[in-house]
Amino acid sequence: MASTTKNINNEDRPGIPRGVLALIGIAVLFALLWGSTKVFSRYIVFIVSLIGVYVVAAESLNLTNGYSGLFSLGHAGFMAVGAYTSALLTFPVEMREVFALSPLPNWLGGPQFHWPFFPALIAGGLFAMALAFIVGVPVLRLRGHYLSVASLGLMVLITSLAMNLRNVTRGSIGINSIPKYTNIYWAWGWAVVTVYVVWRVVNSSFGRAMMAIREDVSAAQVQGINPLKYRLLSFAIGAFFAGVAGGLYGHLSGAIRPYGFSFDLTFQIVIMVVLGGMGTIQGPIAGAATLIVLRYILKPVEEGLKVYGLVELIYATLLIVVMIYKPEGILGRRVLRK
Amino acid sequence: MFTTQYILQQVFNGVVFGAMYALLALGMTIIYGILRLIHFAHGALITVGAFCFYVCFALLGIPFAGAIVIVIGFGALMGVILDVIAYKKVVGGPEVSMLITSLGFYIFIENLIKLIASPQPYAFHPPAFFEKLYKKGLVTFRTIDLFIVASSIAIMLVFNLFVKKTRMGKAMRAVSESGEAARIVGINIGRVISFSFIVASAIAAVTGFMWGAKYGQISYSMGFMSGVKAFVAIVIGGVGSIPGAMFGGFILGILEMFSVAFLPPGYAGYRDGIVFFILIIILIVRPSGLLGQKEAES
Repeated sequence: MASTTKNINNEDRPGIPRGVLALIGIAVLFALLWGSTKVFSRYIVFIVSLIGVYVVAAESLNLTNGYSGLFSLGHAGFMAVGAYTSALLTFPVEMREVFALSPLPNWLGGPQFHWPFFPALIAGGLFAMALAFIVGVPVLRLRGHYLSVASLGLMVLITSLAMNLRNVTRGSIGINSIPKYTNIYWAWGWAVVTVYVVWRVVNSSFGRAMMAIREDVSAAQVQGINPLKYRLLSFAIGAFFAGVAGGLYGHLSGAIRPYGFSFDLTFQIVIMVVLGGMGTIQGPIAGAATLIVLRYILKPVEEGLKVYGLVELIYATLLIVVMIYKPEGILGRRVLRK
Repeated sequence: MFTTQYILQQVFNGVVFGAMYALLALGMTIIYGILRLIHFAHGALITVGAFCFYVCFALLGIPFAGAIVIVIGFGALMGVILDVIAYKKVVGGPEVSMLITSLGFYIFIENLIKLIASPQPYAFHPPAFFEKLYKKGLVTFRTIDLFIVASSIAIMLVFNLFVKKTRMGKAMRAVSESGEAARIVGINIGRVISFSFIVASAIAAVTGFMWGAKYGQISYSMGFMSGVKAFVAIVIGGVGSIPGAMFGGFILGILEMFSVAFLPPGYAGYRDGIVFFILIIILIVRPSGLLGQKEAES
């Protein structure tokens, strides 16, 4: 993992082309992942896979929040959309009745059909992306702040639908016994894809336009950049990968509930991005890894001492301390402030 | 199907909730006006206020008036802490870093309370005379309802006078119109910011008492939704307008109550969803809100 990001950020390395280095990095990463499945317990492998899923989530939020200067708080909502969509699509036909899930309608393949994992993930991502477009078009015309509240509102709206559309989502019980398709390779495969896409977007004229808007909207407009277009696309691409991350999460843990996609989840992803360094490729990866490991180290402490809220308290403290002393994040580079 | 009595009763309930939203929105809009910050931590202050009252009144047995004074004082103190520790250090950076800090503070306060007070909700009993039931004409209410409506209207009137007549009030308006210009004419912006935090936080803490008394229970997470809804109220009323925030609070309270009262029972679970649906509709149709001016894009 570390080697991939390092290669990506070496702008002018003479000799071996960057593409080859990146491929070697990815090969090493997957060799390490394969090794870890042989060496470590299933619990550890689960945590490593979870880190992969969160890399997808954090890196996609980073595209919206780090590079385009917006601040979305609805990431958990998009993840919920992806998780529910893909879970409902892949849920095995023979088990649907037992779990009180209605069969797929004809336009989705009919009652005798359930989707394979990959297209279901994509469908979840696309659905999240469509929602991002619908909300984004009116809201992104306004001052950046409105997106924070509107996306948060979208998240509440989505969870309240998940809670109340009982004959589709089974309400607050959630869906369990989702086939556990996500393994360490799926999770990290998507992590690599997400990092690659974000990196490609950022290092293109598209990304430069986005960052120009982030730094100064008026100056960007004078250059002929249409802020709405770029903001909307960065928000929508972020939502797509959030949807995928949600789908991966559902098929990793095997169970999803509306409460699981609440503000706490958004906050967790926000802090991964901010802590690691907004607007950098490596920051969210480091943030995701650190926070997940921290959570699983502290969880026994929290339960043992019955001090519920300890993990979040530590997260929040970290966030505040970082904002005061190193607002660009641990791996971030200091940028010129307005 | 719905009798006049039922409708009037729901309007009245809506006004009671609206009064509390209006008080929260008032504080948030002051802070938004001056710092362009969506102050997420504002919601946490109602939790702090409610628990502070609970500790003083139910656990320590301090009389009601004394407990309220302590709640106000404690809220003001929280305002000072937020201002000094968080925003003084972060102010001047990009807007988003204040937003993140505010978010961090919300989560910090919420989980500190969760850790100290346990995740279970607590039954919240205001003094007995607040629980007295009245049946006047078509509506039924308790003293607490009257207290909430009367005291919130009083606070709003006093605040309006304050903003119009006093030096500090004028300075606050000046800063919210243009921070740069206010600085040039010699207004001490730091003091205006500190003052706003203190006033807004004290009001939020008192609202916490009202909230607890109205619902009859308090929990560590009570502040989040109410804080965010207060911002929805601001958007409804028109960002940047103080009367707009209060007006928006009342509208939101009534709409929310109606969405519970007049939709079929199965839809009650959509209560929060409906609030945000209204928000998104308003952002599409009239982003400047009902009483606001168009805010320039930046």
